[in-house]
Amino acid sequence: MTEPILEVRGLRTAFSSHDGPVPVLDGVDFQVADGEILGLVGESGSGKTITALSVLQLLPAAAQVTGGEILFRGENLLELDRKQMNRVRGADISMIFQNPRGSLNPLYRVEKTLEQVLWTHRRLRGGAARTVAIELLADVGLPDPRSVLRRYPHELSGGMCQRVMIAYALASNPRLLIADEPTTALDVTVQLQIIELLGRLRREHGLTLVLITHNLSVVAELCDRVGVMYLGRIVEQGPVLDIFDAPRHPYTVGLLGSRPTVHVEGDELRAIPGQVPDLRNRPSGCVFHPRCPLVRPVCSERAPARETVAEGHDVECHFWRKVAGLVETGRVA
Amino acid sequence: MSAAVLVSQRADAWRVLRTVGRWVRRNPITAAGFAIILALIFIALLAPLVAPYGADELDPSNVLAAPSSSHLFGTGNFGEDIFSRVLYGARYDLLIGFGAVAIGLVIGCAIGAFAGFVGGAVDEIWMRIMDMLSAFPGFILAMGIAGALGPSLRNLIVAISLVNVPIYARLMRGSFLVVKRSQYATAAVGVGAPPLRILRWHLLPNTWTPIFVQATLQFGYAILDAAGLSFIGLGVRLPTPEWGVMVSLGIERIVSGEWWVSFFPGLAIAVAVMGFNLVGDGLRDLIDPRRR
Amino acid sequence: MTFYAARRLVLLVPVLLGVTLVTFALTRVIPGNPIDQLISPLASPAERTQLIHEHGLDQPFYVQYVDYVRDLLHGDLGTSFTTSQPVLHDLTSRFAATFELTLYAMLVALIVGIPLGIAAAVRQGRLVDHVSRILAVSGIALPVFWLSLTLLYVFFLRLHWLPAPYGRIDPSLETPRHITGLYTIDSLFTGDWAAFRSSAEALILPVGVLAFGVMAPIARITRSGMLEALESDYVRAARSLGLPDRTVVLRHAFRNAALPLITMIAVVYGYLLGGVVLVEQIFAWPGLGRYVFNAITSSDYPSVQGFILYATTIYVLLFLVVDLLYLAIDPRIRHARAGG
Repeated sequence: MTEPILEVRGLRTAFSSHDGPVPVLDGVDFQVADGEILGLVGESGSGKTITALSVLQLLPAAAQVTGGEILFRGENLLELDRKQMNRVRGADISMIFQNPRGSLNPLYRVEKTLEQVLWTHRRLRGGAARTVAIELLADVGLPDPRSVLRRYPHELSGGMCQRVMIAYALASNPRLLIADEPTTALDVTVQLQIIELLGRLRREHGLTLVLITHNLSVVAELCDRVGVMYLGRIVEQGPVLDIFDAPRHPYTVGLLGSRPTVHVEGDELRAIPGQVPDLRNRPSGCVFHPRCPLVRPVCSERAPARETVAEGHDVECHFWRKVAGLVETGRVA
Repeated sequence: MSAAVLVSQRADAWRVLRTVGRWVRRNPITAAGFAIILALIFIALLAPLVAPYGADELDPSNVLAAPSSSHLFGTGNFGEDIFSRVLYGARYDLLIGFGAVAIGLVIGCAIGAFAGFVGGAVDEIWMRIMDMLSAFPGFILAMGIAGALGPSLRNLIVAISLVNVPIYARLMRGSFLVVKRSQYATAAVGVGAPPLRILRWHLLPNTWTPIFVQATLQFGYAILDAAGLSFIGLGVRLPTPEWGVMVSLGIERIVSGEWWVSFFPGLAIAVAVMGFNLVGDGLRDLIDPRRR
Repeated sequence: MTFYAARRLVLLVPVLLGVTLVTFALTRVIPGNPIDQLISPLASPAERTQLIHEHGLDQPFYVQYVDYVRDLLHGDLGTSFTTSQPVLHDLTSRFAATFELTLYAMLVALIVGIPLGIAAAVRQGRLVDHVSRILAVSGIALPVFWLSLTLLYVFFLRLHWLPAPYGRIDPSLETPRHITGLYTIDSLFTGDWAAFRSSAEALILPVGVLAFGVMAPIARITRSGMLEALESDYVRAARSLGLPDRTVVLRHAFRNAALPLITMIAVVYGYLLGGVVLVEQIFAWPGLGRYVFNAITSSDYPSVQGFILYATTIYVLLFLVVDLLYLAIDPRIRHARAGG
């Protein structure tokens, strides 16, 4: 693997509440290599979005990073002051969001925010800014960019809003783009278009991408590597083919096989039963044990260590070898 | 009564106290508001016992005396003891606040419920009437009504309560409409439950919270408006020890230096309004933490 | 846009009619009979009937109302008992004094209240937030008339920093030539520094007192609007683009928070119109408030009625301005109206 552009080590983030801090991220580790696309998957509540917001330090007021490191090209973002962090945002790392229409200021024409971004990061204004703005909008596949510049968000479709947001995000040529469920709020056909757009931007601009999604087919299509999140930890990560063909965590198996039930020697591996537990009551030991079909007493007593399954493929499960056996014999998903 | 019961009762009492204690620590400002209101109620009830002089007791030989140990807040134009009158004033101002809120609430809720429940043209007409009333700046409408009815304690209460009617009517009507449209109520009607029972069980609990918050806030504003109206002579008249009237007695006295004549009654108004405002604010916070 | 404005103007008619209905109703519930105000107690029953007939008081209710509205449309608000002048004339000639007072009070309230509200939202739960809440609660709770008297005592009587409550300008000075009717502005135009100084000094206390009261709701609505905007997706997106804090807070968040603020400004102007009735009397300010105060104390009911109608019309027109401002600021409303 080449030098990582982003490396997150032991990231902890907690919400403050009346009864003390509630941890949301409990030691998240992952790396993104230059030019690759990392997918972060998991059910809602697993901490994917909070991970992204922690990286850019855009957390809501009630949440705080309580530990760990976020290294961007070797520099710990958590040690930057407000001003320095503001230079990283937009210029080095950008983000697009779940709710494309809500991401655009309803009172501003498209051009207004674009002008602000181009002035802030590239000191462009007037005619020069306008030329670049039109190029950007054309680049994200918006037809008739000149007229789009003059539009308000409510005059655009959801897909167009997301394209505009992507144009904003790319306006200052960032190295890394974090896309937080960029297609969830859109129609199926539009989803495909946005995914294609992200793929093309990566090919053409060499963009590095962290793609947060719960849509596994998007991951299969676009990502190089995948991290599977559960309750504030990455329980398994590795190359996309490894994860899809040879999952080693029961949760990954369940996530992939939200499909038919498989019976194995009295053990049943199926679409994950139950729900993500309340964050206030984090399970002891392995966080997944209350829902795990393979649960043994040790699972609630001791958190599993991270083990390397293969080159670049890690898992946190006491019984990953057993999962491997079940998967290899084809008795699972 | 057995010892066990006593012990368990004491334990219960302790638990309640602890819960209250925790709540007070978390909401000190709201708790302060509650304390002010409770203190005012006690003062109003116990005024004859606490006040060193009667409300109408005059000491013509000791007119406009500065605050001293015998007259804590000094004496007024006629030698009345301002401290005692401020204490007695709590009776009138709380009565005005309570009366204005109660009447406004009852009329407003009745109109809102009726309009929301019946709907159609009736609803339209009543709501347009409410619009007319709220087209006026509140204090000015109260002034007009009080002026038309003539200055008296009763008319003052009526004037202020009428101004607030639209607030309650809108709140009540709004929640009536919500419930009316909800499937819950439709289903209940379908099963043949009588309309009034539907109202009682499905509607009222959700409605009371915002109305109660409004009522608490309006209690404070009512005292303020009443004092203002009395100040311009449209409310309670002398010799009633109402705080607004007492402040108005101090207008000329300020220039001649007898600040205490108006200062203490005005302070009483401020403290009372603040008490209700803090509590109302705190309650609203419970419902919608963003607003404050 | 002009079409919408015209439509809003037309919609104003029923509202104002409703307002006249209320004021008319108020004139008819005066205890006893309005005629008692006009007639000498010694008049004979025949004279009395005659007068009732002349004033149309024996007509049916709706006829009286139509007459009343017709008079209003002719600008006839009746004749003041105290000044023996047409009420409308009395009111318009006093408007400038009140306008000067309320205008400055509003400006001060906005200049202090808006930054305070923004700061309280940006630093929620910190010192500024608490200070702003304390100021807000006291601004609401302290009665304006009491605050006026207390400050007058401190700053005029004890400290001698401010002049006696002589009204708009030192009576020994000549009033500036009438241009706008606002003494501070007119004295500047005419270069009359003494008049400017005196009229500005006279404004300090009444403006301060009124502004303190209305600053509270301004700051609170700014704070809550800002909190909502700051938590919004578009503000988070603006931050994610690395826009400077200033731009995010003042351009993106505040612009959205300004919408409810505009409505509040109109509401608060209503408080000011009520507040002047209390404050002008104390400062001998020759405006609408003092006029009504005197009218009330001398049972001059046509004047009181006229003032209520006058102030309410201003208030209602202000809400029309609010609507138009919304239209200018919020493109969603603009387009919805244009389409529908």
